[in-house]
Amino acid sequence: MTNADRARTKSDWSAVRLHVVTGKGGTGKTTVAGALALALAAGGARPGERRILLVEVEGRQGVAQLFDAPPAPYEERRIAVTPDGGEVWTLAIDAEQALLEYLDMFYKLGPAARALRRFGAIDFATTIAPGIRDVLLTGKTCEAVRRRAAPDAGRVFDYDAVVMDAPPTGRITRFLGVNSEVSGLARVGPIRNQADAVMRVLTSAQTAVHFVTLLEEMPVQETLDGFAELRNAGLPAGGVIVNQARPVVLPEERLKKAAEPGGLDRAELALGLGPVGLADPEVVEALADLGTEHARRVLLESGQRDLLAEVGAPLYELPLLAEGVDRVGLDTLAGELHRQGAA
Amino acid sequence: MSPARAFDPDRLLDAPETRIVVCCGSGGVGKTTTAAAFALRAAERGRDVVVLTIDPARRLAQALGLTELDNTPREVAGIDLSGGGRLHAMMLDMKRTFDEIVLEHADPERARQILANPFYQSLSASFAGTQEYMAMEKLGQLRAQGDWDLIVVDTPPSRSALDFLDAPDRLGSFLDGRLIRILSAPAKVGGMGAFKLLAGGVGLVTGVLGKILGSTLLGEVQSFVAALDTMFGGFRERAERTYQLLQTEGTAFVVVAAPEPDALREASYFTERLATDRMPLAGLVLNRVHHPQADITAERALAAAEQLTNGKAAKRAAAGTANGAGAGPGSGNAATEESAAAAQLAAALLRLHAERVVQSRRETRLTGRFLANHPGIPILELPAQAEDIHDLDGLREIIARSA
Repeated sequence: MTNADRARTKSDWSAVRLHVVTGKGGTGKTTVAGALALALAAGGARPGERRILLVEVEGRQGVAQLFDAPPAPYEERRIAVTPDGGEVWTLAIDAEQALLEYLDMFYKLGPAARALRRFGAIDFATTIAPGIRDVLLTGKTCEAVRRRAAPDAGRVFDYDAVVMDAPPTGRITRFLGVNSEVSGLARVGPIRNQADAVMRVLTSAQTAVHFVTLLEEMPVQETLDGFAELRNAGLPAGGVIVNQARPVVLPEERLKKAAEPGGLDRAELALGLGPVGLADPEVVEALADLGTEHARRVLLESGQRDLLAEVGAPLYELPLLAEGVDRVGLDTLAGELHRQGAA
Repeated sequence: MSPARAFDPDRLLDAPETRIVVCCGSGGVGKTTTAAAFALRAAERGRDVVVLTIDPARRLAQALGLTELDNTPREVAGIDLSGGGRLHAMMLDMKRTFDEIVLEHADPERARQILANPFYQSLSASFAGTQEYMAMEKLGQLRAQGDWDLIVVDTPPSRSALDFLDAPDRLGSFLDGRLIRILSAPAKVGGMGAFKLLAGGVGLVTGVLGKILGSTLLGEVQSFVAALDTMFGGFRERAERTYQLLQTEGTAFVVVAAPEPDALREASYFTERLATDRMPLAGLVLNRVHHPQADITAERALAAAEQLTNGKAAKRAAAGTANGAGAGPGSGNAATEESAAAAQLAAALLRLHAERVVQSRRETRLTGRFLANHPGIPILELPAQAEDIHDLDGLREIIARSA
């Protein structure tokens, strides 16, 4: 066992090779997926030892934008390197390209593919036929998970792990379970076989589906619903990653009173602001209101945190970065994920 | 604060010419809530309004009196009717809307065949795009019914705001398209000599599709298509008609975004698209905007907080505790302890304020970038709120506060 392996076993998900990251729109799942990929890439004994693939399936080029790189073509390329030489690669999976690649691999199509496109069959398969698009996207991802490295590469798999920036919580179970849906629709035939193979990876212990949420009602409710659906579908649930958590600045014994309208003691605040010459009534009023808003949010968030705890999954918290997330910010988040055992 | 033009929702909602308001934007920016707030505002200002929501949060749906997906507009109770307005609300049931189109256009026997077809059942329940198509379809129906003088539409939570405009055409083209004809009638075409070349292509296509899909599924697709035969032309035509409705006067688009890079990027794409298609954009609703309340810079606030926790004042307070200065030992200690606690409180709130200022600066910069690319677009900024909205009062307050 190398040092890197030892460091890795401290992670809650050391056996997982496919991390699916979902979350309600606006919770920052692309950011968290990027940070998780960086965290997983770190810790190798020598440069290039660890290699992670970050896949994107919704065609938004969000990963490229996150890492401030030009839009990715349909090919795997390196997008970031950790300080210890770990590599993050990325692939924006395009359903049409994946289908052509698949057809070529299994049927040696050549010119037939052109005819298919001319008659709208490719369009049909990738945008309209229920579920086929999703099988192509998950299929390509699973292929990357299982892909073995060249014999002389000194590693077993091409990638130590694959992180997927997945569709949002509302669609995730259908997206991942689509293989069973397609299997139901196509009872025999090549799609069925492909779907079954993909499903074997997705339902195994080497996959974990993580939920990104904010400590707000709607995303938390969606997370709870998402977990229930996922478990019903027999898919492996991962952790809950609370994003944009704000620090609590008021001591606990003050919170309840401060949360009431006008509940923050103006006189006390004025006394505190006096020595720095800021005891102006307007300033006192504005800061007191800010304090009340903060206290209300903290209490609300703590209620949401209790709800999330009921899920019974490991909980991780990432801080809000007020300046926005750039590469330095991503490293901060990656460090947090590692420290808390998510990677 | 920003040099932008202000978007006045009342002017839009009060104008009798405004007949349709479409709220678009990427997921998670508060589209549904904005649509509901606009609809309520318009109703209480005297208009007869229906709001079409797609996937409202449970508690918001309850606030609107929507307890089930039943595809029927329900009157919303608890609104102020003194202006002579009314509010109806409904949730879209996409499968039922699709079924209704089939029932309307096919004879009973064919309709039965279509509805029972496994391929149809998958298509109507899960095709990425069905929701958008059906939302458009429902909008067209509500407009044709003519029971309301204002329709407010929320759009499906797609990966991209553009899907609402593009998906219906995609589904329409497919259902009316070449592939469907080929699948439905390969033998017919193959029989004609002049189309030999085409027939060759057709054979290739069905052959490959058979390989990929398997013959059972292909068979189901083909029988679905055969049953759908009577409706050819219908889907695309309907989609096109509704699309045209969106280009007519009386329709206004409201783009909803949050001051975040991704949401503003989507808003930007959508704004460009509206311009290309000559669709009228009423304005941008910017949700969850943070504004500092106190007029103190972040630097000053942080310096003051630092001084309060580590500076002379703090040391003096600590020293005061040590030598027990004051009237009596007990009361002196209590007083200094009190002032130490007050200093801590002040420092905490100053730091919170500094954070807020930094966040606000960032939001202003991001909004400024959007405006630089789309000059002249009116903006309505809605402040961030600690709690979610789940009652009518909450909805009312959204716009009232901004005014």
